[in-house]
Amino acid sequence: MIDLKNISKSFNGRVILENVTSSFEKGHVNLVIGGSGSGKTVMMKCMVGLVDIDEGEILYDGKPFSGLSRKERKPFRQEIGMVFQGGALFDSLTVEQNVMFPLNMFTRLSLEEKKERVNFCLKRVNLENVNNLGPSELSGGMKKRVAIARAIAPNPNYLFCDEPNSGLDPRTSIVIDNLIKEITEEFSITTIVNTHDMNSVMEIGDKILFLFEGKKWWEGSVDDILRTDNKEINDFIFASKLAKAIKKV
Amino acid sequence: MNWLFHLGRYWIFMKEMIIKPEKFSIYWKQFVRELDNFGFGSLGIVALTSVFMGAVITIQTVYNLVNPLVPLEAVGIVARDSIILEFSPTMMSLVLAGKIGSSIASEIGTMRVTEQIDALEIMGINSSAYLVLPKVMAALAIFPFVVIISMFLGIFGGWVAGTAAGVISSSEYIMGIQDSFVPFNVVFALIKTITFSLIITTVSAYQGYHTQGGALEVGKSSTNAVVYSSILILIFDYILTQLILT
Repeated sequence: MIDLKNISKSFNGRVILENVTSSFEKGHVNLVIGGSGSGKTVMMKCMVGLVDIDEGEILYDGKPFSGLSRKERKPFRQEIGMVFQGGALFDSLTVEQNVMFPLNMFTRLSLEEKKERVNFCLKRVNLENVNNLGPSELSGGMKKRVAIARAIAPNPNYLFCDEPNSGLDPRTSIVIDNLIKEITEEFSITTIVNTHDMNSVMEIGDKILFLFEGKKWWEGSVDDILRTDNKEINDFIFASKLAKAIKKV
Repeated sequence: MNWLFHLGRYWIFMKEMIIKPEKFSIYWKQFVRELDNFGFGSLGIVALTSVFMGAVITIQTVYNLVNPLVPLEAVGIVARDSIILEFSPTMMSLVLAGKIGSSIASEIGTMRVTEQIDALEIMGINSSAYLVLPKVMAALAIFPFVVIISMFLGIFGGWVAGTAAGVISSSEYIMGIQDSFVPFNVVFALIKTITFSLIITTVSAYQGYHTQGGALEVGKSSTNAVVYSSILILIFDYILTQLILT
């Protein structure tokens, strides 16, 4: 479980996040939605420690994370997996080496054990016989799946996904969404997903946090979102004609 | 005051880089890869530049030696000392700043803009040490050998050009390069080379590591890496010459 308590962040006097408080539960897919520039990515970077918050507190299973030094954060980091928007696979490494990378860094497993774990993770994301390919030889959807495999390789307790569906066709998006949902439940991970994709919201969101101009504007479940009369969230979610028609039904 | 900001950030970057690595075995693989990249990868351009540089120095020295009282062996002495003291360490470092410096900046810059460095940081890896330290160590280890090869090839190029053009005999040139040889000049050249290799790798890595934006900014970082490395090489060339040779 991850708790955010009144976190704020500004860059050069410009407020990006303002007093955001929320909690994300274990074994659930927690979605953070909001328009471009609403502060989703900055909030995720604050949560993983890439950006330091100005005020507030971030707790991982009740233990303080924000305010710790690089050395003190190390045990937490080894429990965090992250899937970046573009995959962020290491160009100079093959698929197998990419997935094995965190295992090489933080475990004392033998090469055979590491290969076994890599194959398990790749199989789990429905990828096989791609071990020796380079990232440049993969499609967008495959890159995302390798990124998920790399993120889950060291058995993380927390999984962060920054717009995992961006640039993917609707069918592949659903595959990635379902994969995130299945992995979250199977390994009982605290998963937080930043997304613009309304299909994801409807398909896999256990909890939804809506950010607007850096503030927590709305929070609830998928059922709640369909019934809410909050203007900003309705404008955001039901922006298209199709979505408006669904809302009416 | 912009330069002061960059100077401060450069020192912080250097400090973070030398923090103890997580696992030596990982750094070793990177180090060996960079040795190959910097060493064998640079030999072609270094060989070509050195041979022609030696050839031009020899022919120009002969052309300028119009005094019949000065023996032609002096051409060998001038060529040797110019190559050892200045051309091989400094000019080769400028060439390597162009080849290796831009490659380091664009590689690390691309990793920055594609969030690969963020991925390393999230895993708890000291990204500056992981990415830059093996490059610095490899450059410090291999550049002196590259420059020594350049010295031999430069002197050889001078001999080939001088004798082929018929402006100096083989024996005169060889006598010249053996005459009044000061071994400390080679030591001085290696001191310069080590300093320049540190400048090329760290300045280029710094430029790449702090890239922000996209492809355009990666290009700018790459250009800045070459420009700033070259300027610093020339400044430190003067400082070291002043400090050590005078």
